[in-house]
Amino acid sequence: MTVTQQNDQDMAEALCERVRQAHRDKTPLKIVGGDTKAFYGRRVEGETLSTLAHRGIRHYDPVELIVSVRAGTPLMELEAALDAEGQMLGCEPPHFGEAATVGGMIATGLSGPRRPWAGAVRDFVLGSKVITFEGKELRFGGEVMKNVAGYDLSRLMVGAQGTLGVLTEVSLKVLPKPGAHHSLRLEMPLQEALDKLAEWGRQPLPVTAAAWYDGALHLRLEGGPSSVAATREHLGGDDLDNGFWIDLREQRLAFFSSDDTRPLWRLSLPNHIPELKIEGDTVYDWAGAQRWLRSEASADTIRDAAIRAGGHATCYTPYEEGGCIEPFTPLAPVVAKYHRNLKAELDPHGIFNPGRLYAEL
Amino acid sequence: MNILYDAQLDGELPDNDKQQVLATLSQALPDMTLLHREEDLRPFECDGLSAYRVLPMLVALPHTLDQVETLLKTCHSLGVPVVTRGAGTGLSGGALPLEQGVLLVMSRFKQILELDPKARIARVQPGVRNLAISEAAAPYGLYYAPDPSSQIACSIGGNVAENAGGVHCLKYGLTVHNVLEVEVITIEGERMTLGSEAFDSPGFDLLALFTGSEGMLGVVTEVTVKLLPKPETAKVLMASFDDIEKAGKAVGDIIAAGIIPGGLEMMDKLAIQAAEDFVKAGYPVEAEAILLCELDGVEADVDDDCATVRGVLEAAGATDIRQAHDDAERAKFWAGRKNAFPAVGRMSPDYYCMDGTIPRRELPHVLKGIAALSEESGLPVANVFHAGDGNMHPLILFDANKPGELELAEEVGGKILELCVEAGGSITGEHGVGREKINQMCAQFQPDEITVFHAVKAAFDKHRLLNPGKNIPTLQRCAEFGAMHVHNNELPFPELPRF
Repeated sequence: MTVTQQNDQDMAEALCERVRQAHRDKTPLKIVGGDTKAFYGRRVEGETLSTLAHRGIRHYDPVELIVSVRAGTPLMELEAALDAEGQMLGCEPPHFGEAATVGGMIATGLSGPRRPWAGAVRDFVLGSKVITFEGKELRFGGEVMKNVAGYDLSRLMVGAQGTLGVLTEVSLKVLPKPGAHHSLRLEMPLQEALDKLAEWGRQPLPVTAAAWYDGALHLRLEGGPSSVAATREHLGGDDLDNGFWIDLREQRLAFFSSDDTRPLWRLSLPNHIPELKIEGDTVYDWAGAQRWLRSEASADTIRDAAIRAGGHATCYTPYEEGGCIEPFTPLAPVVAKYHRNLKAELDPHGIFNPGRLYAEL
Repeated sequence: MNILYDAQLDGELPDNDKQQVLATLSQALPDMTLLHREEDLRPFECDGLSAYRVLPMLVALPHTLDQVETLLKTCHSLGVPVVTRGAGTGLSGGALPLEQGVLLVMSRFKQILELDPKARIARVQPGVRNLAISEAAAPYGLYYAPDPSSQIACSIGGNVAENAGGVHCLKYGLTVHNVLEVEVITIEGERMTLGSEAFDSPGFDLLALFTGSEGMLGVVTEVTVKLLPKPETAKVLMASFDDIEKAGKAVGDIIAAGIIPGGLEMMDKLAIQAAEDFVKAGYPVEAEAILLCELDGVEADVDDDCATVRGVLEAAGATDIRQAHDDAERAKFWAGRKNAFPAVGRMSPDYYCMDGTIPRRELPHVLKGIAALSEESGLPVANVFHAGDGNMHPLILFDANKPGELELAEEVGGKILELCVEAGGSITGEHGVGREKINQMCAQFQPDEITVFHAVKAAFDKHRLLNPGKNIPTLQRCAEFGAMHVHNNELPFPELPRF
């Protein structure tokens, strides 16, 4: 089924021309979609290149479980189209505003509460179209589930924040929505919750979200009606509104309130890490693998603790608002060298979002 | 066009003197096994694609990472190409040696370094067999999900290099979805960690880039994989159809019902008959096609899903639907499918296995095209199909002892892959490009896209010493290949010089 709609607009050629111009003039471009995730990363100085006009679901075949969509398409529009067919984005991406686009979801690579069970944004990317530094729109990957021809440029674009090219289209694997769901709240101390989650992780339970917040373990069960009902019975606890997961994903819980001026950090850690002794307050998502920390501790203190535990820490509060000057954990020297090499090959004049991830990229 | 390395089409390779390379490496690595006599090199002349054979200059069998590092540094400074090999089970000639190159064999790295049931990860050396990971995890109720058919023999390092799949990909993903971290050594001998035990890492997703890069960007020296809890139960339905198109449509209907089966496989008549002759799986030999649908998960849900799928299959016109009564029968149903390749091998002196993917809706069209190619060439083709994810494995039957038949089989195979590309698919779903499909890459990608691939390669291996001639064709090769495939009188790559 090819979907045509009011907001179906192919602006690829105009975008290519802008890039060719920037390439000729060696002018840096600041690539912007809905601008809802501007806080995520370093500040970019450059001429604004907006992908917003390049929008529309180009191809959606629910039976193939694949949707191809232009970068400027609002995420809400895509999710509504999938919802109408009983399907969804498995990675449950955060929006951080109504204007959020598909391109921004790919560029930042951020995933929601379902991530440990269903996969991240990059896990659902099958193909992409990207404008190269020479202003050519090229296609990588495809609209098939399995494809190992050539290097995986499509997944490389996820989380690269537009530093390697302008993403114009992406093909995604989508999932059927679960037949049943139920959310619940179990009062218990943190360590008990983490232990239980480790134990349940080895069992085939229909858990698709797990967070420890405000003295209680919050769980979402999804699957067939029979297994959800049985697990609900087995676990007990208080009923929880499913909206909790959206509030957590969109950072609308009281914990994330802007009244709290302490910088907000995201810690990404292995599965089984106990509480890290860092001053401040913490919310535990992804069964403990993603932690939100409000802390005045120094960036080095926070990063050292995260790295020692096998993970890394990202500062979500912009530098201008008191956050860390380097939002992302610095790379090991050899890894940084190959980042620079890759950037030099794919963007030799540094026109794509220079400095967004790291000063040198 | 000869498939073996062709300096004119694949680029000049450094011409090093074997005795000199041997002397330098022996001196730098006195404790490493380094094979150099023809009779010692012979067992390494091919991988799982045995039609192509090349004797390597030398074979290195290191057993420490320091040796791998020194070997790569030395080869880098001498300008000697390096081809990395794991278990050698690859089907696309990705580990085909080079006459002027060292074959780096990683099979001595076979230790499971750590298995942490709490973190649900296993950290293993690259030579560990795929199945050995699941066996080691089994006591904890865990397993490693990707299960290529070669899983008893293939090693995890090769799985990463090829982004290996299996029969459960639609639900559980490929290697790229199940690997958390890899340690690599670059051609310059630098050690690098990509990914982490956490769910993500800062910077570019180099882990995804390296997965499936066919040994072109670095050498994998350690792999940390995710382990999953074993499904509580798995049940298999087998449906027979009197028409392959009906079977194809049934696949879409199952997905449309909101069900993602653990496995969903299709076999055509020739494949059914071959498998039945070989393993007596109880397959209906009179059927035109069968579907095997495995549903796994929590018992109560699986029972519900079995009922739903049964209804869908009936509505789709299945002539017979059987559910395996117990694990023994379930294993028997799968044995036919998992042994389909050797089963077909018994029917014919040789067979050539293809690996194209297509959007599922194109299945009838592509099957008709394959049937026409089969008839035209006189070579029978059996079709085995990971139907759930659109990955076809047509098996072309031929006799290599008959002059010209191998070439004919290769030609038919190439045309089948081009058919897949025309249908919006890919020339390889899980076997990789390697040397085998180097020409078909030119059908799937435009010169500008291939140029970007070369740029990626240059970022990691400027002097193209790692596995040269594999995975990504030169533009010269594509120009030459394109010249043989002139469509509508338009010559592809008009701007390039012809050889």
